[in-house]
Amino acid sequence: MSTASEKKIDALIVDDEELARQVLRELLQTHPEIQIVAECVNGFEAVKAVVAHKPALMFLDVQMPKLSGFDVLELIEEDVAVIFVTAYDQYAMKAFEVHAVDYLLKPIGRERFEAALERAKKRIGEKMPPVQELVTAARPPQQYMERLVVRDGTRVTLIPAAKLDYVEAQDDYVALATQGAKHLKQQTIASVEAGLDPARFVRIHRSYIVNFERVVRIEPYGKDSRLAILADGTRLPVSRTGYARLKALLDDRV
Amino acid sequence: MHPLLTRRSYLGAYLAVWVPLACLLVFLIKVSGGIGILEATVVVVPMAVLFAAACLSAWYTCRATPLRSSGITRVFGTHLVAAFILSFLWAQIGRLFAHALSTSPSFLGLGARYDAHFAILIVSGVLLYLVNVGFFYVLIALEASRAAEARVLETSVLARDAELKALKAQVNPHFLFNSLNSISALTSSDPAKAREMCILLAEFLRMTLGLGEKASIPLSEELSLVHRFLAIEKVRFGSRLQMTEEVSEECKTMLIPPLLLQPLVENAVIHGIANLPEGGSVRLAAACQSGRLSIVVENTFDAEATPGHRNGMGLANVRQRLEARYPKLASMRVAPNATLFQVNLSLPAEPREEQS
Repeated sequence: MSTASEKKIDALIVDDEELARQVLRELLQTHPEIQIVAECVNGFEAVKAVVAHKPALMFLDVQMPKLSGFDVLELIEEDVAVIFVTAYDQYAMKAFEVHAVDYLLKPIGRERFEAALERAKKRIGEKMPPVQELVTAARPPQQYMERLVVRDGTRVTLIPAAKLDYVEAQDDYVALATQGAKHLKQQTIASVEAGLDPARFVRIHRSYIVNFERVVRIEPYGKDSRLAILADGTRLPVSRTGYARLKALLDDRV
Repeated sequence: MHPLLTRRSYLGAYLAVWVPLACLLVFLIKVSGGIGILEATVVVVPMAVLFAAACLSAWYTCRATPLRSSGITRVFGTHLVAAFILSFLWAQIGRLFAHALSTSPSFLGLGARYDAHFAILIVSGVLLYLVNVGFFYVLIALEASRAAEARVLETSVLARDAELKALKAQVNPHFLFNSLNSISALTSSDPAKAREMCILLAEFLRMTLGLGEKASIPLSEELSLVHRFLAIEKVRFGSRLQMTEEVSEECKTMLIPPLLLQPLVENAVIHGIANLPEGGSVRLAAACQSGRLSIVVENTFDAEATPGHRNGMGLANVRQRLEARYPKLASMRVAPNATLFQVNLSLPAEPREEQS
């Protein structure tokens, strides 16, 4: 893959506008050390391309249809140095919170671009904290997730929060149950809980968060514990504190 | 709420005015003879306090018979009857009081002497009551003019606010930045196209700034602004952006407030087309029928991809401007379904006046 004399840096360009991709392509022409391995026109393609090419560097647009640049970051596990490229300056804070290398504003000038590339080269190879947790943490307070994004191999699924039945913790992963299917995602149950609207989702157990609207009844189950029966017949354990939370939410609603 | 009872200082001032009135009443009783100054004071002062309280009720009768809308006979009739009834009752209470006092040796025979002043008391009671009525009418007028002033101020602030928002909404900075980015890309790959886009952008900006100053423009002018906007966005989105238009020649001469459709079309592109990976189309239709102009701006969209974002500034702004311009005569209906987002406007059709 790499010759002894020079090692190329694999880069990915992600933008839904052809002309925006063209600008980046042109700016990179004077940098033979950077090799564009793929250009992607949306977030779904970007996720696939990251898995397929494992690039070291990614130029990432923020505003794209369905999957935003931030969604893409949440879905990839690979260590990629990210340079955001956008016409919107309001995401700059959030970009640096997810440890982006730089944040370029369109239209992009040559000097600013070179500076970003220099920073990126220094960053490549450094170990980054897991970005999924950072993305969740960077969400503005009091604003809950309207949808969740999960990836299975290269297939990306969007789950609207309203369609989420329950969340189950499984070691390092969480399983998101929706309409009979379960989607695995590498995230802690606590950070999922933090992103969900507490008026609709309740942590009923150390390992379970349930969509309140799916619960049809609660049954006693042994000493000090109960079972929540969901509309589709699923039975989930309810701890004593979980039961107290359910009751508190119920009281709020009545 | 009675205005004089809202603050202690108001009530204090009102009662202070009654002090000279009470003195006048004492003097009147004294000079008309038969009652000593001490006796007059003892009887009149509590009666004055009582009447001062009773006269507060005139406020309510004044409110119930506004000068402007009630006939003169009704105004005079109401207040005279009220004045007589209240004064009679008041003089009667005073009489009971005087008779009660006359049982004490120092006020012997006061009751009988009071009775001789009964008519004078009623007449002065009526006059005092009418003075109060006049005073309350002045108060009501003052209050009404202050309220009117506040209302005028409020509407002018609202109008200014709507205007400012409209101005701000005219040019979306992100639209500018994205367009400039496209131009910078085109300069090397397709200089002719870059120049064309510069010209489109310049025309769009010039029209936007110019139109904002006019009160109304023909639909055709708004459409040519929209065409430029879409032509610029078409460069960015390429084949992802499709456009259809159904506007009759007759409709194109109708007058509308400037920049009414541009924000709607902009919304259709930013919140509709931009969120569809495969793109979509924007449809603009206008029809005139029986004195009404109906305009439809419709775009394909993904209801799940854009939660909550749709009812943003642009729509609220258009609604506000329609309401300000055609109070109760215009309507805006927003009808989203799973794949189509439709905004319907209905406003009075105003044909352009022929220039002489």
